[in-house]
Amino acid sequence: MKIHEYQGKEILREFGVPTPRGTACFSVEEALAAAQQLGGKVWVVKAQIHAGGRGKGGGVKVAKSLDEVRQYAEQILGMQLVTHQTGPEGQTVRRLLIEEGAAIAKEFYVGMVVDRVSQRVALLASSEGGMEIEEVARHSPDKIHTVRIDPVAGLDAGEAARVVRAIGIPNAANAEAVKVLQGLYQAFVAKDAMLAEINPLILTADDRIVALDAKFNFDSNALYRHPEIVAMRDLDEEDPAEIEASKFDLSYISLDGDIGCLVNGAGLAMATMDIIKLYGGSPANFLDVGGGATTEKVTEAFKLMLKNPHLKAILVNIFGGIMKCDVIAEGVVAAARQVHLTVPLVVRLEGTNVDLGKKILAESGLPIISGNDMADAAQKVVAAAKEAK
Amino acid sequence: MSILINKDTRVITQGMTGKVGQFHTQQCKAYANGANCFVAGVNPKKAGEEFEGIPVYASVRDAKQATGATVSVIYVPPAGAAAAIDEAVEAELDLVICITEGIPVHDMIKTRYKMQGKKTLLIGPNCPGLITPDEIKIGIMPGHIHKKGRIGVVSRSGTLTYEAVGQLTALGYGQSSCVGIGGDPINGLKHIDVLRMFNDDPETDAVVMVGEIGGSDEEECARWIKDNMSKPVVGFIAGITAPPGKRMGHAGAIISGGQGGAEDKLAVMEASGIHITRNPAEMGRTMKRILKG
Repeated sequence: MKIHEYQGKEILREFGVPTPRGTACFSVEEALAAAQQLGGKVWVVKAQIHAGGRGKGGGVKVAKSLDEVRQYAEQILGMQLVTHQTGPEGQTVRRLLIEEGAAIAKEFYVGMVVDRVSQRVALLASSEGGMEIEEVARHSPDKIHTVRIDPVAGLDAGEAARVVRAIGIPNAANAEAVKVLQGLYQAFVAKDAMLAEINPLILTADDRIVALDAKFNFDSNALYRHPEIVAMRDLDEEDPAEIEASKFDLSYISLDGDIGCLVNGAGLAMATMDIIKLYGGSPANFLDVGGGATTEKVTEAFKLMLKNPHLKAILVNIFGGIMKCDVIAEGVVAAARQVHLTVPLVVRLEGTNVDLGKKILAESGLPIISGNDMADAAQKVVAAAKEAK
Repeated sequence: MSILINKDTRVITQGMTGKVGQFHTQQCKAYANGANCFVAGVNPKKAGEEFEGIPVYASVRDAKQATGATVSVIYVPPAGAAAAIDEAVEAELDLVICITEGIPVHDMIKTRYKMQGKKTLLIGPNCPGLITPDEIKIGIMPGHIHKKGRIGVVSRSGTLTYEAVGQLTALGYGQSSCVGIGGDPINGLKHIDVLRMFNDDPETDAVVMVGEIGGSDEEECARWIKDNMSKPVVGFIAGITAPPGKRMGHAGAIISGGQGGAEDKLAVMEASGIHITRNPAEMGRTMKRILKG
């Protein structure tokens, strides 16, 4: 689960990481009031959306007067901000962060991720602040310094100091930077984060270390013990279809094709998308109904897929293990009746009680196209989608 | 022979008395030699009771002492599952298979840290388990699709493993053992560990290796295969069409930071001499071509 920059900075402050003073605002009036209250002569008006690359997309502006604060707030609030992470349609800006300006002497990158290879949290730091770490990794991997953190001892001050020196933070700010790294690690563990980035972390003209940005992604499996993180969820930033799916415990992701897929199991669901593509079609979604699919869940899954205006055909691919094919077949028939199916439906069943399942489909009187195996079903659904065009 | 488990393996079930544990314990007990294999359950509140004739003990240690079991399977809900693994490791079991899906990653980091230097091997979490056909099934896979034979299967996913097994069985190729290593980013045995075992198993002739997007385990395994594997390997990677940055169901199945893409994995696997197929319906037939070849 992702949160906004201003929420990430609240967490950082809780763990002793300095950030600029700032206020989250939902209107131009609030933005002006916030700037006045902050005082000073320079403010930063920052669009709050979950995607990165906001600056390049025109979502971050430096204002040198209250008039400019108003002007930029008007400009940014409500805009469709397009970045390399939002897709071409962009994301509507509904929240702003108004911050005091900072005197930047130098920018750095600091991040933490769960490292699968070492099975530990890894700290990544680089002198190339402000740039995307993927870019740095491609062009100058020697500029990324990594520490794999001992989960019992935590981030060792000596190790942190070594990294701080390696990325070129001057001695005068060394102790403060070490504290920032340790604070970030504590926040990372305490809040069950999967990813955290401060980019840029800056050195100010007077040798202070300040987090100018904050990005967090949390482990959705650990949210049950973090109501304070759940409270930060912003549904406006998520795909409505994916929110709807999560209510029914369905794992759903929208894609840009026209063939809906309903599959049990994440791996088989990905493989189903792949085989559709292989036979010249294009999947409209990833959808894993999970191990315990009921008629209700299957019906909701059909409703979700049918909300997509581009949908031309549906492929149901089930390998029944614990889930019996006859139960799935009954679910598919009930769902198809209830939603008044308007597109061709191809069903491939395999596994436990497969013959009974096929019989239920055949006797339903519904125009269901039966797929003998995964390849046959994929070819049939691709052909059906092409015909529907 | 087989890898990791056979008809003589004795198993403790942690979380046997819950709804999921009860159902799958019944299924496992009914498969092949299961009635003799599943000898103990663990639940501190129900010690002294029985389920399906299987005695319940207060701890893994008690269960091990009383029955001599060396393997455990875990169905404990996510919040307590990492602690259940810890308990099995402290009791010095040989192998722990954790079926539970949804364990917090930071819990698994701590558990894996505690496992360093210990003898216990871990499979999972978030996996279907493993099976040696006609001998023993430990986990949630449907037993009847399997057939005893000489092909090893290792996979990160559940139903996609069944797909691979189903294709092999339909073509007449039985399996020596099938191992689901799970879809989480922090887990126990990796592809490479299981491939090593299949390579050393005299009754395995060839291996189907099913991977998916995310991480670099398949690449690491492929490089090992190139230098060490003496048996043919068929490979498939799920998620060629998956967009970057989106988690595809499994917590581990995400292309992030430019890493973990299917094409990169397939390229490394192909260069390592693995017989890759991009068509998930062709895993069985690719194996047939090679063995007939």
